[in-house]
Amino acid sequence: MPEGVPLVELRNINVSFGGVHAVKDVTIDLYPGEIVGLVGGNGAGKSTLIKTLSGAQKPDSGDIYIDGELATIHGPMDAKQLGIETIYQTLALAENIDTPGNVFLGRELLTPVRTLDDSAMEDATRKVMKRLNPRFLNFKVPVQSLSGGQRQSVAIAKAVQFNARILIMDEPTAALGPAETDVVRDLVRQLKAEGIGIFLISHDIHDVFDLADRISVMLQGDLVGTVKKDDVTMDQVLAMIIIGKKPDEVTDTELEQLHGG
Amino acid sequence: MTRLSTAPPPTQPDVQGQTRRGFFKALEIDLRVFGMVVALVLIFVGFGLATDGRFLRPVNLVNLAVQSVSVAIIATGMTMVIVARQIDLSVGSIVGVVGMTYAYLMARVLPDAIGFGSPWIWVIALAAGLTLGSLIGALQGFIVAYVGVPSFVVTLGGLLIFRGATWMVTRGVTISPVDPTFQLLGGGPRGSIGGTASWVVGGLACLAIVALLASGRRQRLRFGFPLRPMWAEALVGTVSSLAVLGIVWLFYSYKWPPALAERYAAETGITIPPEGLAAGIPWPVVLLLAVTLVMSFVATRRRFGRYVFAIGGNPEASELAGINTKWTVMKTFILIGLLCAVSAAVATARLDGSTLDLGEGYELYVIAASVIGGTSFSGGIGTIPGAVLGALVMSSLAYGLSFMGLSSPIQDIFAGIVLIIAVAFDTINRRRKT
Repeated sequence: MPEGVPLVELRNINVSFGGVHAVKDVTIDLYPGEIVGLVGGNGAGKSTLIKTLSGAQKPDSGDIYIDGELATIHGPMDAKQLGIETIYQTLALAENIDTPGNVFLGRELLTPVRTLDDSAMEDATRKVMKRLNPRFLNFKVPVQSLSGGQRQSVAIAKAVQFNARILIMDEPTAALGPAETDVVRDLVRQLKAEGIGIFLISHDIHDVFDLADRISVMLQGDLVGTVKKDDVTMDQVLAMIIIGKKPDEVTDTELEQLHGG
Repeated sequence: MTRLSTAPPPTQPDVQGQTRRGFFKALEIDLRVFGMVVALVLIFVGFGLATDGRFLRPVNLVNLAVQSVSVAIIATGMTMVIVARQIDLSVGSIVGVVGMTYAYLMARVLPDAIGFGSPWIWVIALAAGLTLGSLIGALQGFIVAYVGVPSFVVTLGGLLIFRGATWMVTRGVTISPVDPTFQLLGGGPRGSIGGTASWVVGGLACLAIVALLASGRRQRLRFGFPLRPMWAEALVGTVSSLAVLGIVWLFYSYKWPPALAERYAAETGITIPPEGLAAGIPWPVVLLLAVTLVMSFVATRRRFGRYVFAIGGNPEASELAGINTKWTVMKTFILIGLLCAVSAAVATARLDGSTLDLGEGYELYVIAASVIGGTSFSGGIGTIPGAVLGALVMSSLAYGLSFMGLSSPIQDIFAGIVLIIAVAFDTINRRRKT
């Protein structure tokens, strides 16, 4: 476990939708420059849990601490002001608006007379894109005419433009081809090296093993456990995901059955 | 510029038609708005040929422009509403109830309250009407955005409620007259700004065009973005300025009828030049120009406009970006309510009073104008100049057909056909692009 005060702590988070207890008393944390993979099957509650941090979902109970201090997050803007940026699985782009417009959506740069400063926004977007995806050139067209990888770049630019300290990436490579996936993986490592803490939500266990320092596994709303990647095998993590047993609880027969079934 | 030298060259699009596209690309003009202008010119030429040029007389074109104003003003607001994935069916009834308010205040209430002929009459009436329109918009917008009732239902209810309210208050009678100053908004020779003022407006418009081009160039220089070629800047500037001056010349050629002119000259002590007394640009057209400029500014240069388009493009993403989507939607309804009140002022002034059916059917013409002007019903797409041109196309057709002696039902049939063709054209065009 890394030393010092965690960048983020989600403590005893509960979320229910009607009768469904989607997140049950989950506690996880994240340190600067660390990548925590959050894995689990469909409906495990990982997206819902992380939405409480990004401000898109209010928890029924539980607390969020940033730098050890209790934070109040009532909406996406509160989260952003705390330096929490989210890249959604759906990318959350306004298809009819160009790239700078999307990058700055909700946080537009204004001229002294309070009109949109499109040139300044384009300039800043060009700068951040140079870092993320130097081949990106279509700044003036609506994002709907961009390719999947380019759209992913826009979504990432939207998050890193504002000096995020905490980055939430929900299935960042799900819609991408192999080459584009590699670009995103390199980017994640680069952001980690800059000291950003990253929650990586993914179906893809290879993604997670490749990138994460620690792995938190959820099953049906419960946190099965959090393990250091270097201490476990992929099979042990699979056992956590599928049957909900930690590496020290699971038997060899059960591990074999994972492959048999 | 360094960006261009380090980056690989962009892949070339298909060669066919590339030079033509390159030409328009260099000019950076909105092709759909340009297409609308071409369509409008074709309509004018067509009717001109069909009527041996009589249709193209200044007096007809000016009347036609004035007739389009009421619908065009609301169409600018309807564009914002539709872009935000909403609809407002109540606009005609808002025009009715606000128009009746103007007339009632000016003909019945205010002369008794503050004295007949007081210069405050039209000011108070106008302020009251604009407030009423905004409040109605705010109420409907609140129910749509915060209560969550679909706007189709809310404004369909509004259509019935406000028409009914108009009827109840006035018991079906026509209320007249309105204040003489207020009447200027209705146009006609008296309600026009005069020949000299028209040229001044035209000159200012040309200066504004040059200033706009220069400031755009300065912005790009500031960040070292690729510049539009100088020939393109010059061409755009010259053509738009010539177009402006041509239109002003048209309005300048719109003269007072001789008898009226003589009476007016006697009243004011001016002499009539030998070629006739120029009426110039009618006040309602000046008003429409102002509304178009302000609404374009709001739609493209202000955060509110950006948010309306973002909501139309992706409501969830807008919410996640921290945009107050409910308040933004409510504001679009306040805006269209206010514009209905502006439009009602023009309609009331033209009629010199208000009738029970003032504004009836406007919702259909306004929506049609907006859609002909390129607003997409799936939201997120539309322009203010397009909506105004759409209104002009519709009123040109109506005016031209009636000029040729075709009856009102035939005009409606034509308007319907044009509406469908315009949208079909647009749909096909958009499909080909993606």
